[in-house]
Amino acid sequence: MKLSNGFSIGQFIPGDSFVHSLDPRCKIIVTFVLLAGLFMAGNPADFVLWAACLAICSAASRVKFSSILRSGRPVLFLVVFTVVLNLFWTPGREIFRIGFLKITEEGLILAFVMGLRLYFLVMFAAVLMMTTSPMSFSDGLERLLSPLAILRFPVSEMAMMMTIALRFIPTLFEETDRILKAQISRGADFESGGLLKRARSYIPVLVPLFVLVFARAENLATAMESRCYVPGAPRTRMNPLSWSVRDTNALLYAIFFVALSKLWTMYMPQMARLLTHA
Amino acid sequence: MEQERIFSIRGAVYSYKGATAPALDGIDLEVAPGEWIALLGANGSGKSTLAKICNALLAPTQGACFALGLDSSDPDCVPLIRQGVALVFQNPEDQIVCAIVEEDVAFGPENLALSPDDIRGRVDRALELTGLSELRRRGSHTLSGGQKQRLALAGALALEPRALVLDEATSMLDPEGRASLLECLRELNRRGMTMIQITHIMEDTAYASRIAVMESGRIVWDGSPSDFWGGEYLRRGFDEPGELALYRELRSRGLILPDTRPVVEDILEALCL
Repeated sequence: MKLSNGFSIGQFIPGDSFVHSLDPRCKIIVTFVLLAGLFMAGNPADFVLWAACLAICSAASRVKFSSILRSGRPVLFLVVFTVVLNLFWTPGREIFRIGFLKITEEGLILAFVMGLRLYFLVMFAAVLMMTTSPMSFSDGLERLLSPLAILRFPVSEMAMMMTIALRFIPTLFEETDRILKAQISRGADFESGGLLKRARSYIPVLVPLFVLVFARAENLATAMESRCYVPGAPRTRMNPLSWSVRDTNALLYAIFFVALSKLWTMYMPQMARLLTHA
Repeated sequence: MEQERIFSIRGAVYSYKGATAPALDGIDLEVAPGEWIALLGANGSGKSTLAKICNALLAPTQGACFALGLDSSDPDCVPLIRQGVALVFQNPEDQIVCAIVEEDVAFGPENLALSPDDIRGRVDRALELTGLSELRRRGSHTLSGGQKQRLALAGALALEPRALVLDEATSMLDPEGRASLLECLRELNRRGMTMIQITHIMEDTAYASRIAVMESGRIVWDGSPSDFWGGEYLRRGFDEPGELALYRELRSRGLILPDTRPVVEDILEALCL
């Protein structure tokens, strides 16, 4: 039983690919542009184009396509839940029925689209996180949200919190694994019984984990203070952000791709019909 | 301004809220530039509190602490003290802020709002000193325990401090990691870095130029390593390093040998081997 197996959202893979070299602000904006495009996809066939886009992202980032595919695993439960919900609760032309549960044609298509949309969404977010170090990600986010500072929103503090949260993801999973193993070695059983019993069996894991997290947070705050960190004080960066022509190009490619996908969504069914008639 | 001393602590008392006894109960300590003080003592003797006082994380409730000639109770002096006196803690996991090695080393200089070139220069030097240059683009979570502690040290060194305070920095390391960290500290001390090393491990005091012992918030013994290893450590009930036990046994069996530190090379030299 190992929690950290296959968990890759938020885990940066150092590299020097085209995507790695982009300004984090560009990567964040491009990801949002692609996600907006993804939400416009309404047909299962549209995802052929989005899979191609993901393959291009994989090549440009030199992150294995299989790693990107695996990154959706942590939300698989959510994907299945979304699929089931849409499959059985979408009204329309009935094609199958088991008792009170019925599957409609519209439900089948919607379940497929929603499931894929969610999974692709996570995969695109994973490409962003795999190619952007937590520090540059939070730097990028801080700069993008900097206008909010006018409204007294603590942008830099929020960015620092995000850096720390991302930095501690692998550590916390390792700690959870350690506590789980310690409890298993003392006879704890996490794998038998009903849902409620299983949930209850995790209390001996959660309690020490919370204690550990609070202790660690306090120690980290002291260590940061000793390293001259003052919340809200001006800081400089070893690698200041700089937007270059390649960032503009990457953004234009993303916009072009989303426009293409929109055209594909609009005209693909008509083209398919024409081809069928021909 | 207090001059010529890296630390000048006079009658320092510190009490934590709700505690029945003060953590520090009248500490007097003078530390000259380039000194390496090993601070020994049982749990709860006030060693870590003293470390925090040295770095201005805490200010004495009574008495005074001058670090680099600056008064730690003066809020204007606190940033300068933290810059000049770096602190390395016991658990490296608790002090690594960033996910990438070089980014973590840069954290301190970035807080000083230095120019990117200056930060890069400091990061390069700190990584070089700690032997982590090859690992600069690695994820900090992928490092071994010893490498993580060297990263914590690099993060402290990037502030380019004049003094280092190590709060049991070797206690979570395996013998190899400890030896590598000690070698690094030895090199820093050779270059003139003043050090206060808090430790439970007797072997770690091998290179100290002075040893102080704390008990119940007080410094109860402060002297030279030769006096300490000459017998004081036994009187105070400290563990005896194996090599030193063997050396003492040889002396008790009639071999006329000088006092020595618990360092294998020194013992071999004393034995003319």
